Amino acid sequence: MDTAKVEAIITKHNGDATALLAIMQDIQAEENYLPRDAVEHVAKKLGIPISRIYSMATFFESFHLEPRGKHICTVCMGTACHVRGAQRLVEQLERDLKVMSGGTSEDGLFTLEEVNCVGACALGPLVIIDGKYHGNTTSAKISKVVTGMQKEEGGK
Amino acid sequence: MTVEITINGVKAKAEKGESLLEVIRKYGFDVPSLCHHHAVEPCGSCRVCLVSVTDNGRTKLAASCNYKVREGLDITTDSEEIRRNRAMVLELMLAESNAPAIQKLAAEYGVTSSRFETEESKALAAERDGCILCGLCVRVCEEVVEVAALNFKGRGDKRDVGTPYQETPQNCIACGACAYVCPTDCIGFVEENGVRKLKKWNRELPILKDDAGRPVGPQFQLFYFTQKAGLPADFYKKGGGPAR
Repeated sequence: MDTAKVEAIITKHNGDATALLAIMQDIQAEENYLPRDAVEHVAKKLGIPISRIYSMATFFESFHLEPRGKHICTVCMGTACHVRGAQRLVEQLERDLKVMSGGTSEDGLFTLEEVNCVGACALGPLVIIDGKYHGNTTSAKISKVVTGMQKEEGGK
Repeated sequence: MTVEITINGVKAKAEKGESLLEVIRKYGFDVPSLCHHHAVEPCGSCRVCLVSVTDNGRTKLAASCNYKVREGLDITTDSEEIRRNRAMVLELMLAESNAPAIQKLAAEYGVTSSRFETEESKALAAERDGCILCGLCVRVCEEVVEVAALNFKGRGDKRDVGTPYQETPQNCIACGACAYVCPTDCIGFVEENGVRKLKKWNRELPILKDDAGRPVGPQFQLFYFTQKAGLPADFYKKGGGPAR
């Protein structure tokens, strides 16, 4: 990750070590994961041991230390979504994106993830793609969305 | 500020805010503990130091290591209830640790096998070499050695102690403080053929010999000491430090 970008994020939080979590979130918002060089830079700049940042990054499910795809595809697997067939959505997406749940496609475009509940049970079954909520969806509908995205990416 | 408390009926004096466990021990009462060391901040993770605390007429069981002393506390360090609770804590611990030290302490409380042992817990115990995740090594490395090469990773049943990115920590000076404080002896500190090894962290450092040919300590550790204390770089090489 670009050092200037990391610097900008640290400056935004006034170089405050107690804002570490927010800094980590901002870095992840930029890169979809926590690049190692960024982690090392933050540690050095804030005077925090790398071991503590690593510990925090592994504690919270929402942080990722491995690179993730350009598009993040999250399937809600909460109870309400589950009984409305979320598992079928996962299977459909696995076929469409050619990636197992929890992984990133070979071209680095899509990451497929499961999450236990996003608190939008009335919309279930629910798939979130790049922050956009696709509620009351079906495997056919969601398949259309991702294949459309794949075409768009392929066309570039 | 000095406050007065009662331990097993004995009047005791202590500083306000002091660790209750330390005060109890100072007055000669025996309370077991695994995750406590006077050199580091208490964290109350092992729970075996629990005692009965009566504060303002309310009685409860509390871990004594991170209980801050206050005026008028009435402490009981041994009773049927306390022993039963410590036994339960140890039985749970025994399911996830095969360390001799844990087995020995559990046996003192009449626990020789654990009802919570499963195939999974046994596999976990083998994987962790008996580590009970008390975090003493983590705290000593950060607070005393000030290197902070270690920390916890993950959480819940995936929680473990380790080094960043599970790699050999390049800042570890192999001082062995972690191995020294470890209550389960799971870190694996060995010195052989002029090399000091810390097996759990996969760290190996060659040991420096002074001009008289006597082994002193890992070179990198001595370098760290000379830097920190502002000593000449060849201080240990020239036979400096404690008498050998």
